[in-house]
Amino acid sequence: MRRSPGQAFALAWPPLLFGAVFLLVWETAVRVFDFQPYFLAAPSAIWDAFRANTSLIWEATRVSGMNAFVGLLVGTAIGVAMAFLLARFRLVDDLLSPLAVALNAIPIFVLVAVFNNMYPVTSEVPRRLMVTLVVYFIVLVNVARGLREVGSVYLDLMRSYAASDVTILRKVRVPHAVPYLFTALRIAAPAAVITAFVSEYFGGLQNGLGSRIVSNIALSNNAEAWAYVLGACLLGLAFFLAAVTLERVATPGGLGARERDGA
Amino acid sequence: MSSSALEGANAVEVRGLSKVFNAGRQDAVEALLDTDLMIRPGEFVSLIGPSGCGKSTQLRLIANLTEPTTGTVLVNGKAARAARLDQDYGMAFQQAGLFEWRSVTKNVELPLELKGWDKARRRSRALEMLDLVKLSEFVDHFPWQLSGGMQQRVAIARALAAHPPLLLMDEPFGALDEMTREHMQTELLRICGETSTTVVFVTHSIPEAVFLSTRVVVMSPRPGRITEVVDVDLGPDRGVDTRETEAFFAKVTEVREALRGIQPADVEPDIEQVAEEL
Repeated sequence: MRRSPGQAFALAWPPLLFGAVFLLVWETAVRVFDFQPYFLAAPSAIWDAFRANTSLIWEATRVSGMNAFVGLLVGTAIGVAMAFLLARFRLVDDLLSPLAVALNAIPIFVLVAVFNNMYPVTSEVPRRLMVTLVVYFIVLVNVARGLREVGSVYLDLMRSYAASDVTILRKVRVPHAVPYLFTALRIAAPAAVITAFVSEYFGGLQNGLGSRIVSNIALSNNAEAWAYVLGACLLGLAFFLAAVTLERVATPGGLGARERDGA
Repeated sequence: MSSSALEGANAVEVRGLSKVFNAGRQDAVEALLDTDLMIRPGEFVSLIGPSGCGKSTQLRLIANLTEPTTGTVLVNGKAARAARLDQDYGMAFQQAGLFEWRSVTKNVELPLELKGWDKARRRSRALEMLDLVKLSEFVDHFPWQLSGGMQQRVAIARALAAHPPLLLMDEPFGALDEMTREHMQTELLRICGETSTTVVFVTHSIPEAVFLSTRVVVMSPRPGRITEVVDVDLGPDRGVDTRETEAFFAKVTEVREALRGIQPADVEPDIEQVAEEL
């Protein structure tokens, strides 16, 4: 069932080669056309800046990462809890679902400005609140669908086994919703990082990756700004990989495994 | 009906059964009207007819998956609801309906799990059932790793896992190709013979109904009702050759004659949909 190292290599080399060529062309272009550092920094300069500032970048990554992580955790918890309420009570569903869809259509990032006004300047709460809100909607919509959209044949079967609603929830709806939860997490994990990050542009503490990028650009420290962008990329990637790994561990025979085998 | 003259409880007794969807409204549909049907233990009865003739509705009423408008259903001498709560029947549908997060064995174990059997007992019964449907090599596979015919065999193993005296099947082979289908029919007869299970079987296919059944119940739509019952006396030992005998062709013709002149309903009510709304 597992991919052999050979197969993994066969899959990995084209994007790796493309990345290497891309960096090479970038580096060459900067040198040949003699771009000024404030216009476009060379990959080598960015790498030097990254190594020179590793501890600062790590500190900023830790701050943004923690905001994203806390928001992701709380948002997922509330989203799952709300999804159960929606699936159980039609009235709640009728009341809240249109509202959730409407709210989702607004670029809700801007709410962080409002949250910033509600808390002291040194508080991390507004950003975490913002991440929570973004994650909450993604999780709510997906998990509620997973709990509700169980095929009629399964419900008929369970009724023929004289199963109660609670049993149907436990044996059918919840396991059916698990892949939906992981789909949500795969979207929500990177979204949490992006939100944590963009939220920093709206004021508050200046200790995260987003703030550092803004301040370095303001000082024309282009290579340093790019170095923080690199940190942001790595953070987003780490969150995504964590979500995917969790999915594979948690659903051995389910959708994750099927995608793995290409079945 | 004369078949009720036998001693002991009938496996299924249907008396004056009617089902109206959307009753009292403009779009009311008489899915089933004043139906009587007695099925003795050990019989294999097929319900056949065009779309909208109420054959699936009648099966769902026997299974107590929907409530009748008027009339009564007794299963093993009990009210249909009591029989459902006691899990007196197993059921299989056109879709195999396997739970994709459960292995093949775990799927077969599900009804036993809900009956409160302990782990060792349900495991051994599940393996025994999978042996019966000749899937012993696939016990640890997941449903999506199996072909359509194999999935349907798992569904049959699951329906019979608790050894119910009655098996209700709603076009279980409808989605399979002709070759797999004929193979599954032979297998089903063998399995039901070995477990002496009574079967009520809904189908669109005349040869399928004749091959499997001891009796074929012919139904017509608008309103759904039974128009004729054909006894099929091809004996208990039916195999590949049975389909090529004169007696088989004669019965196929008889059922086809009975179906002739029956028009399908103009508009097929979406029974599933309507049933859920009620």
